[in-house]
Amino acid sequence: MIRNIYVFGATSKIAEETIKHFAKESANFYLVGRDIDKLGIVSKDLLARGANKVELETCNALDWEKHPATVDKADNSIGQLDLIFIAHGTLPVNEDIRNNQMKVIEEFNINCTSIISLCTVASDYFEKKGKGTIAVISSVAGERGRQSNFIYGSAKGGVTKYLEGLRNRLFEKGIKVITIKPGMVDTPMTKDFKKGLLFASPSRVGKEIYKGIKIGRDVMYVPGYWKIIMGIIKSIPESIFKKLKL
Amino acid sequence: MNNINYLSFNKYPKLYPQSIITLGWLTDLDNLRINPLSLCYGMGKSYGDVCLNEGGTIFDITNLNHIIDFDEKNGIIKCEAGITLDKILEFVVPKGWFLPVTPGTKFITLGGAVANDVHGKNHHTAGTFGSHVTEIELLRSDNITYKCTKNENRELFCATIGGLGLTGLIKSVEFGLIPIETPFMYVENIKFDNLDAFFDLNEESEKLFPYTVSWVDCTTKGKKMGRGIYMRGRHATKSEVNKSFEMKEGAIPFPIEARFINNFTVKTFNKLYYSKQLSKISTQIVPFEPYFYPLDMINGWEKAYGKNGFLQHQFVLPYDNCKKNMQQIFEIIVNSGMSSFLTVLKSFGDAKSPGMLSFPKKGITLAIDYRMEGNKTLELLNKIDKLVSKNNGRLYPGKDARMSREHFHQFYPNFGEFQSYKDSNFSSSFYRRIK
Repeated sequence: MIRNIYVFGATSKIAEETIKHFAKESANFYLVGRDIDKLGIVSKDLLARGANKVELETCNALDWEKHPATVDKADNSIGQLDLIFIAHGTLPVNEDIRNNQMKVIEEFNINCTSIISLCTVASDYFEKKGKGTIAVISSVAGERGRQSNFIYGSAKGGVTKYLEGLRNRLFEKGIKVITIKPGMVDTPMTKDFKKGLLFASPSRVGKEIYKGIKIGRDVMYVPGYWKIIMGIIKSIPESIFKKLKL
Repeated sequence: MNNINYLSFNKYPKLYPQSIITLGWLTDLDNLRINPLSLCYGMGKSYGDVCLNEGGTIFDITNLNHIIDFDEKNGIIKCEAGITLDKILEFVVPKGWFLPVTPGTKFITLGGAVANDVHGKNHHTAGTFGSHVTEIELLRSDNITYKCTKNENRELFCATIGGLGLTGLIKSVEFGLIPIETPFMYVENIKFDNLDAFFDLNEESEKLFPYTVSWVDCTTKGKKMGRGIYMRGRHATKSEVNKSFEMKEGAIPFPIEARFINNFTVKTFNKLYYSKQLSKISTQIVPFEPYFYPLDMINGWEKAYGKNGFLQHQFVLPYDNCKKNMQQIFEIIVNSGMSSFLTVLKSFGDAKSPGMLSFPKKGITLAIDYRMEGNKTLELLNKIDKLVSKNNGRLYPGKDARMSREHFHQFYPNFGEFQSYKDSNFSSSFYRRIK
C-alpha cells in the first residue's frame, strides 16, 4: 500500500499525471519543486481529486546539500514514506550547449548527479525503515548516445546504470527500485518539437507509470512500444551507427 | 510556419498562425505579453475558422488543465480552461455527477465549450453550456484578470459566453454539474418515415425526455424524404440498470471504459444486455459514451473525407412555418446529392443563454457534413443560407468557414454591443472575415 509519497520535481507534467492516480486513493503528498506557485496549483488539483494531505517545499535540484533535509521534513510532516518519486529534469538542445563547458556540466548535474544524490538519500532512508519504493524517471534517450541528444542521453544513461546497481544492492533488503523510461511525451518540455506519431500524451504515460509503480516493476518503458524501438536501435553495430544521423 | 497541429477539425480552411505559444501554467500568464492578433487554441475540434488565426499568435492552452476546486456535495467544479470534458467526466462520473450539457464530442476544452457556448441533446430542457457557468476568470490584454459572473462584470461574462475567444484568455471556468445515479442511459430509438413524422414525434418526446436527437437520411426523395431514427433518452436509474442485466442476453457492443466504472457498475457491468436490432421502437440501457459520443469511438472518422476536408453546416429555423421551410431546404439538399450520412436534426427550447453571440434559439436545427468539392459545395451552402436568412434562422459560427458578412450581422444583432467588450488584441480568422 502506497500512502505517503515524496515527489521531487512535482511540477513535471509526467509526475503530475502519475500522482493524480494516487490522489484518488487518498494518499499524502510531500511535493518538492522550484516554483511555489506551480506547486500550489498541483496541490489544489490533488486535493480536489481526493488527496488527504499535501505539503510543499521549494528546493533546487542542484542544491544537493539540502536534499537530505527535504526527506526528513517529509517524514516529519506526512509520516513514514512509502514512495520516493524522482521526476525532475531539463531537456537542453544539444546543438546549443555542446561547446559550452559550464552549461554541459550544469545539465549533466541536473539530469544525473542530482538524481544520484537524491537516490543516495532515499536508499539510506528506506534501508533504515526496512521497506519502501524508489521510482525514478530516466529516459529512452539513455539507451544509446546519439549526436542530436547525447548530453541529456548520457546523463540519463548514467541514471539508468546507477539504478541497475542500486536495485541489485537493495533487492535483498526488500526495497524496490523502479527505472522508468519514457519515450517522447507531449509536454511543455518538448513544446518546440514536431509532434509525430510516436508522441504519447502525458495522461497515458502517467497512468502507465502509476500502474508500474503499483505492481513494482523493475524497468518500464512508457509507452511499452519503446522497448521494441530501443531494442532495434541498440542492436545496430557501432560501425554503422556512427554514420547515422540520429 | 505551416503547423498542421493547429488547424480546425475539418481541415478547412488551411490558415496557419505565425507563432505558437504553449502555456504550461496559470503562473505563465502573470507576465504574458498579449500582442495584437492573439487567439487561444484548445483541442481544435470546431469546424471552420473560429479557432484559426492566420498570421497571428496562437496560445495553446491544453496544458492549463488542472482542477482548482470541487464541491462534491453541491456538484460545483472549477477548472483551468484547457482541461477537456473527457477529463472532467473521468473525474466526476464515478462520484455520481455529470456535465450539465455536452456536445457530440468530449474531446473539447472547457474554454472552448464556453467560447462556443456549446449545446447538446438536452437543449430543450437545459439550454446551452454557458447557462450553467457561474464564474469565468478572464485575462485581457491590459494584463488584468477579470472575475466575471452574472453579477460581477456581467457584460464581460455575457460577451465571453459564446464570444469565440475574442474577449480575452479564459483562465478558469466554474460551473454546476447534474447528479446521476448510474453512468448508463435509458434510450428509446424510434424510426420515423418523413419530416412530418419527425415533428409529431418531437413534440411528444420533448415533454417526456431530457435528451432528444435524430439522425436523418438526407438522400431519399419523395414521401420518405427526411426519414430517420429518433433517439430519446435520460440517465438510467439503478433499478433500470439492474432490471436490464437480469435480462442478460448477449454482450454489450460498446463496453463502458474501465475508468468510468464505479462500485455500482462493477456489479452489473458484465450482465448488461444491449439489443442491436432496431425494430420500429427499441429500448436499451447503454453506457453514456456511445449515446453521447458515438463519433468519438471511431478514431479519425473525419479523415474519411480526404485531404480537402469537409464543411459542416448547422443552422436553426424558428418554429413559424418551420415544417414548410425545412421541407424546402431538405429538397435542395436531397436534390443536390451532396449530403453525407451524418445528418442531425434537433429542436432547441426556450432557454435563453446569457451569451451575446450564442447560437441556439427556439426552433429546429439541422447539422450536415459536406465533402469539400470547391465551388459546387460553396454554392449549395450559399443557397441554403439565403433561405435560413429569409426565414429568420441563423448559422452556427463554431461550424462555419464561409458564411457572408451580411448574413452574420443579420443573424447576430447583438454583434455591435459585443464589439465594445471584445479585447482589441484578440482576433481570429473568423472574426476578420465577418466583422
